[in-house]
Amino acid sequence: MHYMSILGTRVVRTEDPKFLTTGGTYTDDLVDPALVGALHLTLVRSPAAHGRIVSVDTADALSAPGVVAVITAADLTGLAPIGPGLAMFNPGMLRPWLASEVVRFVGEPIAAVLTEQRYQGEDAAELVAVDIESLPAVISLSDAASDATVLFPAAGTNTVCTFGKPTPADFFDGCEVVVTQDTVNQRVAPVPLETRAASAVWGADGRVTLWCSNQGAQQAKAQVSDWLGIDAGTVHVKTPDVGGGFGAKIGADPEFALVVWLARHTGRAVRWAESRSENLTGLVHGRGQQQRVTIGGRRDGTVTAYALEILQDAGAYPRAGAVLPTLTMMMAPGVYAIDAVHASARSVVTTTTSTAAYRGAGRPEATAAIERAMDVFAQEIGMDAVEVRRINLLAPFATPHANGTGATYDCGDYVGALDTLLTGAGYAALRSEQAARRERGDVRQLGIGVSLYVEITGAAPSGTGEEAQVQVHPDGTATVLTGTSPHGQGHGTAWAMLASDRLGISMDKISVIHGDTDLIPDGGGTMASRSLQQGGAAVHQAAGELVELARKRAAEVLEANPDDLVVDAAFGGLRVAGTDVGVTWADLAAEETLLVKTTFTANAPTFPFGAHLAVVEVDTGTGKAVLQRVVTVDDAGRVLNPLLAEGQRHGGIAQGAAQALFEEVLYDADGNPLTSTLADYPIPSAAELPSFELLDMATETPMNPLGAKGIGESGTVGSTPAIQSAVIDAVAHLGVRHIDMPTTPEKVWLAIQAAATREGANA
Amino acid sequence: MDVTMTVNGVESTHEVEARTLLVHHLRENLELRAANVGCDTSSCGACTVLLDGHAVKSCTVLAAQAHGCEVTTVEGLADTDGTMHPVQAAFRAEHGLQCGFCTPGMVVATVSLLQDNPSPTEREVREGLEGNLCRCTGYHNIVRAALAAAEAGKVTA
Repeated sequence: MHYMSILGTRVVRTEDPKFLTTGGTYTDDLVDPALVGALHLTLVRSPAAHGRIVSVDTADALSAPGVVAVITAADLTGLAPIGPGLAMFNPGMLRPWLASEVVRFVGEPIAAVLTEQRYQGEDAAELVAVDIESLPAVISLSDAASDATVLFPAAGTNTVCTFGKPTPADFFDGCEVVVTQDTVNQRVAPVPLETRAASAVWGADGRVTLWCSNQGAQQAKAQVSDWLGIDAGTVHVKTPDVGGGFGAKIGADPEFALVVWLARHTGRAVRWAESRSENLTGLVHGRGQQQRVTIGGRRDGTVTAYALEILQDAGAYPRAGAVLPTLTMMMAPGVYAIDAVHASARSVVTTTTSTAAYRGAGRPEATAAIERAMDVFAQEIGMDAVEVRRINLLAPFATPHANGTGATYDCGDYVGALDTLLTGAGYAALRSEQAARRERGDVRQLGIGVSLYVEITGAAPSGTGEEAQVQVHPDGTATVLTGTSPHGQGHGTAWAMLASDRLGISMDKISVIHGDTDLIPDGGGTMASRSLQQGGAAVHQAAGELVELARKRAAEVLEANPDDLVVDAAFGGLRVAGTDVGVTWADLAAEETLLVKTTFTANAPTFPFGAHLAVVEVDTGTGKAVLQRVVTVDDAGRVLNPLLAEGQRHGGIAQGAAQALFEEVLYDADGNPLTSTLADYPIPSAAELPSFELLDMATETPMNPLGAKGIGESGTVGSTPAIQSAVIDAVAHLGVRHIDMPTTPEKVWLAIQAAATREGANA
Repeated sequence: MDVTMTVNGVESTHEVEARTLLVHHLRENLELRAANVGCDTSSCGACTVLLDGHAVKSCTVLAAQAHGCEVTTVEGLADTDGTMHPVQAAFRAEHGLQCGFCTPGMVVATVSLLQDNPSPTEREVREGLEGNLCRCTGYHNIVRAALAAAEAGKVTA
């Protein structure tokens, strides 16, 4: 009988019935006996961007109904401030748990109010009187870099760290054409629909259980115990369902550790769930780069030199955002063969929310920069931007390629991706339609943007290894334990598919467990598009090793040669090939524990690639751009479950579109956030987006036995520059060369007016 | 104050603070925690329920305002034998959910949309669900699920 593998098929999710009928159990939904009677934490946060705290008066709050305690910095005895996350960061930039001397961003915690009921906390928090003497806000990156106002006197500078040397003065010597463009890769908010939440309770055994919304329980545990200076063994982190993360929920946040500390301090369970406005100032932001791209080459379209200079906004207290420019620099040349590439960066603190990873985390910034550079170079020499790209693409390669800036791409066929895209999207017809509209002088002009990308996936700080445990039980069911940490990706389905494929046990008998540090002490979590290529590969490997173990055991039971034994799904165990002699999984497991725990370590990260085409219609009278089509080729290698992979692409494309068209975290000159609710921060609804057109391409990677590359972030990496480019292209014939993201009607309209003024002056 | 309402077919009376939001009443007093709170400006729709058959954002309704009303949450959509409502089934078949946080509200909003317009176009679905935000799916499969449920033609609720 021919065995049909479940791998590669569109399996609907096993997780879904729960979410659809009773809803998920997110941290704030938890009903646990240990949490009965828990105190509710409400944080009093700074209303000022930068200032000296004169006084914090808690007297009125303490006498409000239901208030058990109001904690300020003075109460946090024995807690050292949170140090810089990385050794390369300026050591003088320490983060207090609760600010007592200086506040450095709107939303910084100042006091912790503990109440019996949730509404009481909001009432009491308003009664905490905080007197702050203003200091100058530092919002623009050039102001920050000037050190005119230094946020941390102990650090002596606003610079967190620098990477690379300045671009050499003679770098573009010999180029026929050199174009420079300043671009902004704006600060955006991740906006997982579930805001942050945590609950903690200390047990009689001296250990604490912390439930929190995160992307990797093991990392959260390590951070919380490190920050609090307690033994890691005393911390048990459990991850309930998580309502989206997008990089912003990697690790722990200081608030989580504060919940743990407060639970110990009060001897009560403590719960915390932030509001959306807290979330939009308290949860990390993403991106936040000012870039200067300089591109040089010949008038025949050949690019010979490219330089990228980055100024990164780290926010008030340096976190991962400060180091993300290293990924941007590593991926600077993208898919192109350019003789000379140079990249450098500097990260600075500002009086704003800290920045960290957000879907793509440093790589979208690299693609945006090189793709924008290709566009301005094409415009300068008067050549079609797609043709310029084609001329400079790396030829297809099946053996590793060193890109010259620190990355070694596993394999790639960028020309193939571009050809598939242009054919699938009907590029020539689109250009004809555009030409006709320009010819007619239509108010609504068509814009076409094409981007090519290659990104790095599986390069998490935890390395390229991941653990998995697979156990078969005496009732014939199986359990998979994984160190990855799903929050929407569908690992429950995908990992069960992988185990089922090798064990021949049907998926409905396989449960997947994650996010419990007692059960799974080691794990890298879910980030950097690493899960399938490392965590999935570990499940695949563990299930394979379990089959080998079962084969040896079965051989003893059956007095057969292990080599003659095969997994027989219909039988539900192992059989001597070609006979009806066998033993079931259930019987084997009843005999002796049947369990394998293993670590899979990938050879290296992988480099998914693709090409995106966007079509927008721009009303030249109002500047409004409407996204009409997004067509994408996203090569993530071998696809385990197309349904899930497409879902990742859709979500990624939408977040890219959101950055290109709509979203930007804004502050006024005094550092007041202008986008701290979802009424102000415009994440798109269904009405602002089209359906997406996905084209298939699958170049298997040799880096893992599944042939899989990451797919979580590709959509965002590719779509953002394609859509930005399309908007600019729609008005390029009017003399517009560049519009920063988000390409709002106001910016587009102003760009059209500025171009008209220039043209008029030149006439 | 006392409020009485029939939620998913079951009537109950509870004493609540006058300012209690319907979503908090559902979640904390009735232990129906599927409807979620995703914002504080009535923007996200994760708390959407049916109030006397019409979709409302339960964070923008006081429990007291629902006194004497019929409320249906996503927990009340499936048949008593567990068979999912056609909209729920379509969301699963089309992969119209990822993290699941917006899902209870999105499903209820879709039920309401299809009650009002049993044969919507894609554009009508997109505009009809404008008040419900999702950060995971890019809406592509949510729209497909709504259209598939309409196509199935057996939307009742």
